[in-house]
Amino acid sequence: MTSDLARRALLRTLRQPANVVPVIFFPMLLVAINSAGLDAASELPGFPADSYLDFIIAVPFIQGGLFAMLNAGTDLATDIESGFLRRLALTPVRGTSLLLGQVAGVVALSLVAAVVYLTVGFIAGVTVAAGPAGVVALLVFAVAIGLMFSSIGAFVGLRSGSPQTVQGFFPLFFVLLFLSSANLPRDLMEQDWFATVAGLNPVSYLIEGIRSLVVTGWDPAALWPAIAILVVGTLVGGAAAAHAMRTNLVRT
Amino acid sequence: MAPASGIEVENLQRTFKDLTAVDGISFAIEPGEIFGFLGPNGAGKSTTVLMLTTLLPPSGGRASVAGFDVATEGPDVRRHIGAALQEAALDPLLTGREHLRLQASLQGLAKQTRDARTVELLERVGLTDAADRRVGGYSGGMKRRLDLALALVHGPSILFLDEPTTGLDPQSRSDLWEEVSRLARDEGVTVFLTTQYLEEADQLADRIAIISRGSIVAEGTPDALKGEIGRPSLEVVPSDAADRERLAQVLSEFGPATAAPTGAAAVRLEAGADGLAQVVRRLDAEGIGLNTFDLHAPTLDDVFLAKTGERLADEAVA
Amino acid sequence: MREFSSTARAVAWRSLHITFTNPALLAPALIFPLMFYVAFAGGLSSVGDLPGFEYSAGYDTFQFGFVLLQASAFGGVFSGFGIAADFERGFARRYMLSAPRREAIIVGYLLGALGRAAITTSLLTVVALVTGMRPQSSAADVAGLVLLVALTCTAAMLFACGVAMRLKTVQAGPAMQMPVFLVLFLAPVFVPLDLVAGWVHGVATVNPVTALMTGGRDLLAGEAVSELLVFGTAIALAGGFAVWALRGLRSAERTGS
Repeated sequence: MTSDLARRALLRTLRQPANVVPVIFFPMLLVAINSAGLDAASELPGFPADSYLDFIIAVPFIQGGLFAMLNAGTDLATDIESGFLRRLALTPVRGTSLLLGQVAGVVALSLVAAVVYLTVGFIAGVTVAAGPAGVVALLVFAVAIGLMFSSIGAFVGLRSGSPQTVQGFFPLFFVLLFLSSANLPRDLMEQDWFATVAGLNPVSYLIEGIRSLVVTGWDPAALWPAIAILVVGTLVGGAAAAHAMRTNLVRT
Repeated sequence: MAPASGIEVENLQRTFKDLTAVDGISFAIEPGEIFGFLGPNGAGKSTTVLMLTTLLPPSGGRASVAGFDVATEGPDVRRHIGAALQEAALDPLLTGREHLRLQASLQGLAKQTRDARTVELLERVGLTDAADRRVGGYSGGMKRRLDLALALVHGPSILFLDEPTTGLDPQSRSDLWEEVSRLARDEGVTVFLTTQYLEEADQLADRIAIISRGSIVAEGTPDALKGEIGRPSLEVVPSDAADRERLAQVLSEFGPATAAPTGAAAVRLEAGADGLAQVVRRLDAEGIGLNTFDLHAPTLDDVFLAKTGERLADEAVA
Repeated sequence: MREFSSTARAVAWRSLHITFTNPALLAPALIFPLMFYVAFAGGLSSVGDLPGFEYSAGYDTFQFGFVLLQASAFGGVFSGFGIAADFERGFARRYMLSAPRREAIIVGYLLGALGRAAITTSLLTVVALVTGMRPQSSAADVAGLVLLVALTCTAAMLFACGVAMRLKTVQAGPAMQMPVFLVLFLAPVFVPLDLVAGWVHGVATVNPVTALMTGGRDLLAGEAVSELLVFGTAIALAGGFAVWALRGLRSAERTGS
């Protein structure tokens, strides 16, 4: 049951190129532009990586997660709007199965996207300091990030029931990503207010966790905060989404 | 100057890739006439309207509107026509009054006259109270009336109405008919009206043309068309309900059965009204007592069926 | 002529009227450049300390040069979205029917786009000045910047208009936005052209937007500008896309609006 729903979720994403292309293409484009445009930044004193490409390759992982959030939320909101969810409410399917199926489909796309990011990255010269096990850890991160963001997206979609509302979260995408340590390490930010905002932005810690695997190796001080955020975020987002799903599937 | 305000169409054609939407139609409309252009969805009605209003270049043939060629004298044609096209093209964010002012300005009306014209038209289509509300909140009927007012802003001598009452409730529909008749009667406006409603064409139009699959299959006044193919239908209710089956049996000798209310039987009289006496004799001979015995004159629906082999009424009884 | 200006003014009036009565419609055109300004000028300022980074008015101003062009160009692109929506909803028919000279419709949309770009770029400038940007422009430089903004908005709007009139659906949004987004980012966004590395350097060298961006930054820093290159490029782009937009109009007429 859940796997059927996951297949549906994956298919409906894959069959709308407008949903797939941005996940793969957009992050890679920004990596290409930023690694060329900001390549000189790797010469800043105290810059942690040898090449800016090594430094920036962590960012697409977050972008993939943010797209997962939009896709999961939009899909579920569309299901509510079209009445599909009401039809499901008449079957014995459980809300959690539906939710898991939807999230699993979106997370699968996150994993595929991460493989593409890394492959392109390797071809362009990225080296992962944490070795082959580090590459596996990166893919696990991609799945965990997809899981957390899609459960948050599912919550928004189920709660609002409106695809437009979910799409309205698109600017948040930029806020979270741009006001973080995505483009420069926090200790190289000259503007104190920006460093403060980036320090409060959980996305900074996710990026720094992923980045540490590529740039420094196994660094518990960078990995634990990222893992903690993912666990807490997934639990809270998942619980909220499950609750919203129950509210939507009320049957007598 | 006063150019001719009629429409002349000669062998007009329009193809889209391999589809021929309008296949060499010809007709002429006199100034001040209401011309009904009748046909089912996809018959080529809207394509014809788009060509006559200069929104789509013809692929062949010739058409002049108000004395100007639609293909080569577009700006002159546009100056003399008003059009209310199928989907009332309105901006949900503007109010009714703002739409009229915008249209007045688009038509190049002098500033001083715009407000007066706006007030006058709002009054005429009964939207004065709703004038300052956004169109997004208007009902379907209000939108159509505003659309009509917009088409009239510059006092056009020819008015194109593309399915003006589709989706309207009966009251809104008859209000709009009223206004269109008034325009033709009192102001001498030529009206080109497309519709899929037979009743609409019958009530409003001085003359109609029926278009089917891109070609005109009949043209004339509603009465002439009905007379041309017209066979009346006969509806009979037996005095004893048990006789209904037998009654239908007998009637079927005089023509094909048509729809009838419960308890009645109806037939299209192949021989026309002249066959009536024979029917009465046959029923008498069979000993079937009659409760009611009604002869219905032919309708445009009958004309349509005869000319196109299709029935329009099913869609039209909305 | 009177009819032409009457149509153009009516079309422009509607664009601006809708904007003023629904300020939220300006949000996307404003949020993106603001976001970029905050993120780039705020987060990347240490990039301004790099060896070889020579720009006298500070990194804030350097990034403002990018964001100003972005806001101008996106102002034009968002007008294209409006045109596409008008065609999809059939409102454009009203224009096509009542305009004796249909070129005036494009001019009207353009005036609307310029009006909106004026609002967004002014707001953006106020935000940048309040948060500490210190440009070194003379009055003549400011006039040059205004002209540059107007020409950039014009070129982008005419490009988007050409796309909108050919495709006539709001689904065409990405076809208007992505190319503009790409040429903007394939210019020297973060550092001067000399410091851009790799293939982007090659692309940026021939990208006409590089001339506009560099020219804008020079005007902001009060430095000498090669007027012929900067404004010549801007005028050429606007002129080229004017032809594109007019042919789009002809295509819309041919296929029925």
